[in-house]
Amino acid sequence: MSATSASAVAVLRAAPDPRLAAALRALAGTVGALALAALLFGAFLVAAGHDPLAVYALLWKGAFGSAFAWQNTLLRAAPLMLTALCVVLPARAGLIVIGGEGAVLMGGLAAAALGVHLGGLGGMALLPMALAGALAGGVWIGLVGLLRERRGVNEAIGSLLLAYIAAALFKHLVEGPLRDPASLNKPSTPALPDAARLGELAGSGVHAGLVIGVLACVLAHLLIHHTPWGFGLKVAGGNPRAGRMVGLPVGRLAIAACGLGGAAAGLAGMIEVAAVHGAANSALAAGYGYAGILVAFVARQQPLAILPTALLVGGVAASGGLLQRRLGLPDATVNVLQGFLFLSILVAEPLFQAVAQRIRRRRPR
Amino acid sequence: MAALELEVVDLGKRFGDFVALQGVSTKVAAGSFHALLGENGAGKSTLVKCIVGYQMPDEGAILVDRREREIRHPADADALGLGMVYQHFTLAPGLSVLENLVLARPRLPAVLDWAAERARLEAFLDTAPLHVPLDAPVATLAAGQKQKAEILKQLYLDRRFLILDEPTSVLTPQEADEVLGLLHGLTRAGRLSVLMISHKFREVEAFCDEVTVLRRGRYVGRGGVAELGRERMAALMMGSEALPEPPARAARVPGVTRLRVADLAVHDDKGVAAVAGMGFDVRAGEIVGLAGVSGNGQRELVEALLGQRAVAAGVLEVDGAAYRGSRAEIDRAGLASLPEEPLKNACVPQMSVADNLALRSFDRPPQTRLGWLRRGTIRARGRELIAAFQVRTPGPDAPIAALSGGNVQRAVLARELAQPRALLIVANPVFGLDFASAAAIHQRLMAARNAGAAVLLVSEDLDEILALADRVLVISGGRIVHETTPAAADRHTLGRHMAAH
Repeated sequence: MSATSASAVAVLRAAPDPRLAAALRALAGTVGALALAALLFGAFLVAAGHDPLAVYALLWKGAFGSAFAWQNTLLRAAPLMLTALCVVLPARAGLIVIGGEGAVLMGGLAAAALGVHLGGLGGMALLPMALAGALAGGVWIGLVGLLRERRGVNEAIGSLLLAYIAAALFKHLVEGPLRDPASLNKPSTPALPDAARLGELAGSGVHAGLVIGVLACVLAHLLIHHTPWGFGLKVAGGNPRAGRMVGLPVGRLAIAACGLGGAAAGLAGMIEVAAVHGAANSALAAGYGYAGILVAFVARQQPLAILPTALLVGGVAASGGLLQRRLGLPDATVNVLQGFLFLSILVAEPLFQAVAQRIRRRRPR
Repeated sequence: MAALELEVVDLGKRFGDFVALQGVSTKVAAGSFHALLGENGAGKSTLVKCIVGYQMPDEGAILVDRREREIRHPADADALGLGMVYQHFTLAPGLSVLENLVLARPRLPAVLDWAAERARLEAFLDTAPLHVPLDAPVATLAAGQKQKAEILKQLYLDRRFLILDEPTSVLTPQEADEVLGLLHGLTRAGRLSVLMISHKFREVEAFCDEVTVLRRGRYVGRGGVAELGRERMAALMMGSEALPEPPARAARVPGVTRLRVADLAVHDDKGVAAVAGMGFDVRAGEIVGLAGVSGNGQRELVEALLGQRAVAAGVLEVDGAAYRGSRAEIDRAGLASLPEEPLKNACVPQMSVADNLALRSFDRPPQTRLGWLRRGTIRARGRELIAAFQVRTPGPDAPIAALSGGNVQRAVLARELAQPRALLIVANPVFGLDFASAAAIHQRLMAARNAGAAVLLVSEDLDEILALADRVLVISGGRIVHETTPAAADRHTLGRHMAAH
């Protein structure tokens, strides 16, 4: 460990470009955190009486080992990309939004409620559904931003509590006014007409939502890093005082970032409904909104880094079934790994900084 | 309890490649009042931090009463009787003086016997040379009393060598004289030795016996205050640098009113009125100096003028129209600003120097074309400004937080004043800068005024205001209490108005 960190430091020192050095430093921190999580999870497996190497091999197989595994992983990665944006965009404005799950539910519900009536539109039915999903999610998280800017409600708490409200509202509507009377043991909204279903990408077994997720991340990257709006958002989030001094509408920027993030999560809900479930029901509350937080933090709030990270986290989730079948590990095992991942990422940053500082201090004159 | 003698021998300290101190030797005799002079970055802070254990010197020795001591930690300095009073107050404002003094004791029992503590403290106060009401919450004390309480705390903790870091910057001239006079008395009585960092020659001449002067981390001289005299002290501080010319004031009649403030009320962070019933005008072609002791509403006023703080009530107008500080309004007004604490108020610390230099211009051509941010242009423009204003930075891509305070200030200056501006709002613009940089900023402000800009200069440095302003306003308790001109002003009257509330 010390040898690798020493050589990493040597690389950092030699790097001529500070931006490259910063990128390398960030990458080193992330890789270190992933290694730490793997170690901790390994220890957990040993304690539970399993061979960690065998589990990791199986985990790899379940995530990326076959065409079917890839299919499974990609299906899970698609909504994660969008829910991660619901964390990343507000984070640019300095806000920590952790209630993307609420936007997923609201977006899915809105899309399902609208989609039922759009059978006659043919292929065009998906567009209004997507807009409805994005709008519902955007309003939901936009409300978080509004509460924060106008009433001083902490956005982390506000978004989390609103996610509970969304879940309750969702349950009420799906089991009550919007329920399909035919859905007996699993209350659902009426099944979507075929025109309102999102198809798969030519023969891949993966639905078109993946393209939407990738596209959204690329667009978010361009928006954040290559438009004056993104620059202003960064200023407002980095130091609101400086932002106000140069005349930026700091509060409105933050609300807009929340709205955009919520729209992405709402779109994730629409995609799940239109491509996977075919109606809005409790299966929509699969925790994509919460897993998106993990993805965003591992990706260090960078939209393009979401892409590989969503694959990783999607893959871990995809392998859960295989672990259960082959090793008899409980379904929640992969959640433990996710938990370790999250903790390590949170710990790694300050830890890495402290180590770097110590090395710098010991540096000979 | 006798005063301590302190000597440093060949002290050296480096931060990476930066030499903060090298071969510094000096001695503070027991019972003397010693001044430590030097420009910013001369190493004064590093030296005193080494003495009180916040930093370890890389080389050299510290002798206390002629015995070499290793001071690795502030607790070591405490044990030796070395103490420090900071520029800003370190007492808990919500607690009483009594509680603050008790809590300052290094070892407290798990359960406090307040009656016993009070008795102890009262016994101590009977012998103390200064008095502060014990049961008043610190927040209700005037600045001078707070500073006295800080000193009382040091005496209560049996400190026999006291370091003062610009102790009078938050005091009126009268309060400063009282506090320093008191300390002077304690040194004469042989109870204390004092080492004071100061920028104010007036105070050094009035109270100090000897001075040590540092320049760029090195010892450049020491001697009796009376023998050296003000000119020689200044010359030692600045070295061979030529004294900059005072800015030339062009004779001109002020033009139209640019900035108008009337009945303005602004609240502080707790929602308490920090500014109330404030009113003044700033006209084109004049510098209006706003003098006052720190904490009398200046910060909140400036924040309100810059759009960083909501206006609770009243009128804030630029060119006769209500002003809210949007980008369009800023543009129309030609407003620029040098707020105090530039890293906190005017920069985004984790963003690059080039990006920070673009905060005013990023959304217009050539930085932005057709909605596309041109990062190459921002970087190139950053490079130009860095060169033109001699900002010392590893490069345009380095985060601005990595720069020294003076260079952050220079970067903000570059951004704000690279092109001519018509309305300037400036707060303590040279705080912490060396003579040459300070003079350069003063030249620019005067040049802007001569060219017809309206300038509001908020400063706690009376000298700065008297040198630059066309009109002087005194702020106290969140309102304007006095108006005069530099020619008609006398320090004593100004000091009285500054203290009045």
